[in-house]
Amino acid sequence: MSDTVLKLENITKFFPGIKALDGIHLNIRPGEVHALIGENGAGKSTLVKILTGVYFPTSGKISYKGEDVSFKTAIEAQEAGITAIHQEASMFPELSVTENIYMGHHLKGGKIGALSWRQMKKQTASLLNRMELDINPDTLVKNLGVAQRHMVEIAKALSIDADVVIMDEPTSALTLREVEDLYKIVRQLKAEGKAIIFISHKFDEIFEICDYFTVLRDGKYIGEGRVADHNIDEIVTMMVGRSLDQMYPKSDVEKGDEILKLDNLSSDGVFKNISFNLCRGEILGFFGLVGAGRTEVMRAIFGIDKITSGDLTLRGKRFRPHSAKDAMRQQIAYVPEDRQSQGVILEMSIAKNITLPQIDDLSTFGFLHSKKEKEISVEYGSMMEIKAASWNVDADTLSGGNQQKVVLAKWLSTKPEILILDEPTKGIDVATKAAVHKFVSDLASKGLAVIMVSSELPEILGMSDRVIVMHEGEITAEYSRDEADSDRIIRAATGHAWAEGS
Amino acid sequence: MKVAKNFKTLMQKREVTLIILIVILTAVVTFRAPGFIKINNISRILNDTSILMIVAIGQFFVILTGGIDLSVGSIIAFSGMAASMMNQYNPALPVVLVLLAGIVIGAVLGAINGVLVTFGKVPPIITTLGTMSIYRGFTFVLSRGQWVTAHEMSENYMNIPHGHFIGISNLIWSAVIVVVLTYYFSKYTRSGREVYAIGGNKTAAHFVGVSKPKVDMIIFSLSGLLCGLAGVMWTARYAAAVNETAAGFELQTVAACVLGGVSVAGGSGGIPGVVLGALFLGIINNALPVVNLSPFFQMFIQGVVVLLAMFVNTLMGKRQEKSVLKRRCS
Amino acid sequence: MGVTTHNNNSLVETSRFINETGLKERFGKLIIQWEVILVLMFLFEIILFSNISPYFLDYFNLMNATFTFMEKAILALPMIFVIMSGDIDISVAAIIALCSFSMGYAAAAGVGAAGLVVTGLAVGTAAGAFNGFFITRFGMPAIAVTLASSSLFRGVSQAVLEDQAYTKYPDAFAYFGQGYVGDSVIPFELLLFVILATVMGYILHKTTYGRKLYAIGNSESAARFSGVRVNRIRMMNFMLNGLFAGISAVLLTSRIGSTRPNIALGFELEAITLVVLGGVSISGGKGNIFGVVLAVFFIGYLKFGMGLMMLSAKVMIITTGLLLIIAVLLPGVLDTIKGRRKLARQQME
Repeated sequence: MSDTVLKLENITKFFPGIKALDGIHLNIRPGEVHALIGENGAGKSTLVKILTGVYFPTSGKISYKGEDVSFKTAIEAQEAGITAIHQEASMFPELSVTENIYMGHHLKGGKIGALSWRQMKKQTASLLNRMELDINPDTLVKNLGVAQRHMVEIAKALSIDADVVIMDEPTSALTLREVEDLYKIVRQLKAEGKAIIFISHKFDEIFEICDYFTVLRDGKYIGEGRVADHNIDEIVTMMVGRSLDQMYPKSDVEKGDEILKLDNLSSDGVFKNISFNLCRGEILGFFGLVGAGRTEVMRAIFGIDKITSGDLTLRGKRFRPHSAKDAMRQQIAYVPEDRQSQGVILEMSIAKNITLPQIDDLSTFGFLHSKKEKEISVEYGSMMEIKAASWNVDADTLSGGNQQKVVLAKWLSTKPEILILDEPTKGIDVATKAAVHKFVSDLASKGLAVIMVSSELPEILGMSDRVIVMHEGEITAEYSRDEADSDRIIRAATGHAWAEGS
Repeated sequence: MKVAKNFKTLMQKREVTLIILIVILTAVVTFRAPGFIKINNISRILNDTSILMIVAIGQFFVILTGGIDLSVGSIIAFSGMAASMMNQYNPALPVVLVLLAGIVIGAVLGAINGVLVTFGKVPPIITTLGTMSIYRGFTFVLSRGQWVTAHEMSENYMNIPHGHFIGISNLIWSAVIVVVLTYYFSKYTRSGREVYAIGGNKTAAHFVGVSKPKVDMIIFSLSGLLCGLAGVMWTARYAAAVNETAAGFELQTVAACVLGGVSVAGGSGGIPGVVLGALFLGIINNALPVVNLSPFFQMFIQGVVVLLAMFVNTLMGKRQEKSVLKRRCS
Repeated sequence: MGVTTHNNNSLVETSRFINETGLKERFGKLIIQWEVILVLMFLFEIILFSNISPYFLDYFNLMNATFTFMEKAILALPMIFVIMSGDIDISVAAIIALCSFSMGYAAAAGVGAAGLVVTGLAVGTAAGAFNGFFITRFGMPAIAVTLASSSLFRGVSQAVLEDQAYTKYPDAFAYFGQGYVGDSVIPFELLLFVILATVMGYILHKTTYGRKLYAIGNSESAARFSGVRVNRIRMMNFMLNGLFAGISAVLLTSRIGSTRPNIALGFELEAITLVVLGGVSISGGKGNIFGVVLAVFFIGYLKFGMGLMMLSAKVMIITTGLLLIIAVLLPGVLDTIKGRRKLARQQME
């Protein structure tokens, strides 16, 4: 085994009140692709931020090339040779590709040290060329597509002559062809003797490209090993901490009558010709890459986004929502993707959060009935088993999992007949995740129609009665629970469904 | 590739549109009053516009980060008053020093805004809304409510803007220098680009090590510094330092930026647009009497122009967003 | 539930942690309750001024002093709504100018006192709707729109009036800004403010409208996803702001009996200062009516006291500006501990 280039010992990161990381060990070696595995919320992103100098660890030791280091800023880490492709969109939409790549380390030239745009453009062009990307360095990033933006993000990381390259879920928005391109780049970097930290929770990727892995769960170090010496089940068990049956307690339900039907629903430039139906008691899974248009379809059904053509039929009647209120009147509930900014209102109490969608019904002439309000919030809050000191504490004092339970309680209290869940377990701990799955399964068995948008394949496979796959704004495949398998779904999601003619 | 080209033409369009508008406006006014494009008048317009240009450029950098500086008028008044009084009480003092003092005073007042924004975490609107009245109040305190009038100023002081160099007034020269230097700053220095980064995406800027406090300090100090320069120029040009100097000027500077295609939400825009925007406003102001509108209409017209320009910016931004989405999908 | 013992443990751990911070937080809130600070400052102010001047603690004087700040206080009421929902409106002073100008114009045409009031309120509401239209319909930023519209509104009166003034108003019109309630020494302006503050406080704290305001201020998109018609409410806010500017214009015009283009100059600063000093968070979503009412009397009597000390108007303007900044600065400092925790959580997720 070659020398360790980057070594983390007992890294702990406390945010006041939260233990984000607890005793993490990591050994990164040159010429090796090291998978950092964990579910959403396991602490991977926090660890990346520590490695890149965005955060400072509370305790623990980082040694880099044999020396103890502590990066105080992102620049320090970069100059030392650690670069990262961040998961979040960390682009400047109004600026050019060249500038996005060089922001923070613009090249200077000449006697007075003016920025040398010619040089930067030239190098950008050759970098993009090397990555076989057909992108003009002068293009403004806001004019690029999602996948192209992601490739620019990768180019940005590579523009620094780094020894350690961190890739945080680099494939989440890429098509199959682009993923192949990325693998090529990764192999090239590996051959150059660089260390790569590859963060993912997709097992096909890990087995395809990674040599070694470390597993995190709920902020704790769980274990490590050579990828070749383990099979998927072993790694999944480490990552999830329990068997899949416990994680996805889906009970078989008899399908009820059809409640919602979409016919060629389109929204200009966002999605087109979306047709499917939904029955009572059914969990319909929606899979696709980031930016495939799943969320947009759901938002259209919920009346937030505009529909340009096509029909929605609800309980046999034509339905055209113009606002969330319209959809709510028809007993549709939508748990949005971004819990922190769209789901809960952080600085409002749990009780007020729960009753917000129906306050108009809890009032006469606009005056609130506080008793009724209280009853409803206690009823549904207890049903969801929210853990908190009182119903009057603000939602921002809760953990991510409990916040999600507040959002679920809020929507269940409106007594929906259709529940749309958009990434319902993103960023919450394993225990809550299992609990949420259990609730959803129970509700469906009582006749609720559920649409579940998710980017986690195990969740889709484990929970859905039927799976619909979207790619670039269109539905590319539909599978029953028995037909669905990861290989088929991934192919359909990356635009290769035609290969098997479905 | 095509996208890039399309956009580039679009981007240039704002500047091109402004140039076309300026030409049309000038032509129309000249048609009614042939004297409008006489050298004398043109030089008057340029002189009138120079101060606006200088201050608008400072405002531009603040708006670029998503902030706003409402205190520009008050900084102009205070530094102008301070410089004039220095000259009044020490006529022997070299005017270069007085000019420098004015600039430094402006920069300090701007830096105070910067400190409140960066270390006090007070949002720019509130900070500058507050300092707008504080600085204005201190102008009164400093002057004890008195004016400094022409005969209390030295000849040299009044010559700061009026002096000539190859037939062009110092005032215009100073605007040219400011434009060139700030253009260089915005385009060819790391700090300049960091201003764009902060306005474009704060999180991303943080990831690549751009420091928001540093950028905020720079832009507010710069805005103050330019106001200091403008203050001296203003009092010397109009040969009077009054307490109400440049009241309401903040709107004109914002107007020049918005006209120049600067997004009020931050992150986009450029010096050439701001310069043209200021020029356009200057011509309108000068054209008012020519088309028989009293100067009292100035305020009203400025309001209309800003609203219209902002409206156009917003609609254009929306259309662009849509077309990108469309491309992605088809 | 089919969870293992291990997980039950972690659930217990989580809930214990929440209990602790819940307690700590409530304790912390008690100590740094903003209204408590305001009351203390108010008491301090009264003690200070009554020691300095024998004229300060005089019932008649205290009542009459309210004439000088009620118009601004009325502006502050709907401004709470605007700031609460994360917007700002710096055009209110200009709306007053526009309303006052319209009333002067109408008075010159022979309209009576009641008609003038209707004119003022209608013009104010329309001006507010004008702002709201651009802001909500096209998503333009409120600062920029109201900055521009303020020059538009004031520009109208300036373009027509130039350096002239309207000074002829019907005699009955004088009551609104100069009259007293019945035979008492309570100014009509004060009574009106108390009524309006009660109504607005009720709306803010007891109705769905108020709840929605808090929701929007804390997270506009979460509110929207919960079925709150965000733009309708923001539009209403700007119209209310216009309406109240109209009310304020009636009082002010009636009190001073004339209209010049520069009427009510700087009132927007005072109104925003009152709101912010009253503890309404400038980033939206936090605050209550009591704080603002306290701030109204705190600043009002501060200026009255300073006037008794013969301090010039300019010192008062400086004081207003300083108070505005300090009002935002101070809670920020006090909140640092609380705020840091929240920020950390947001960054982590």
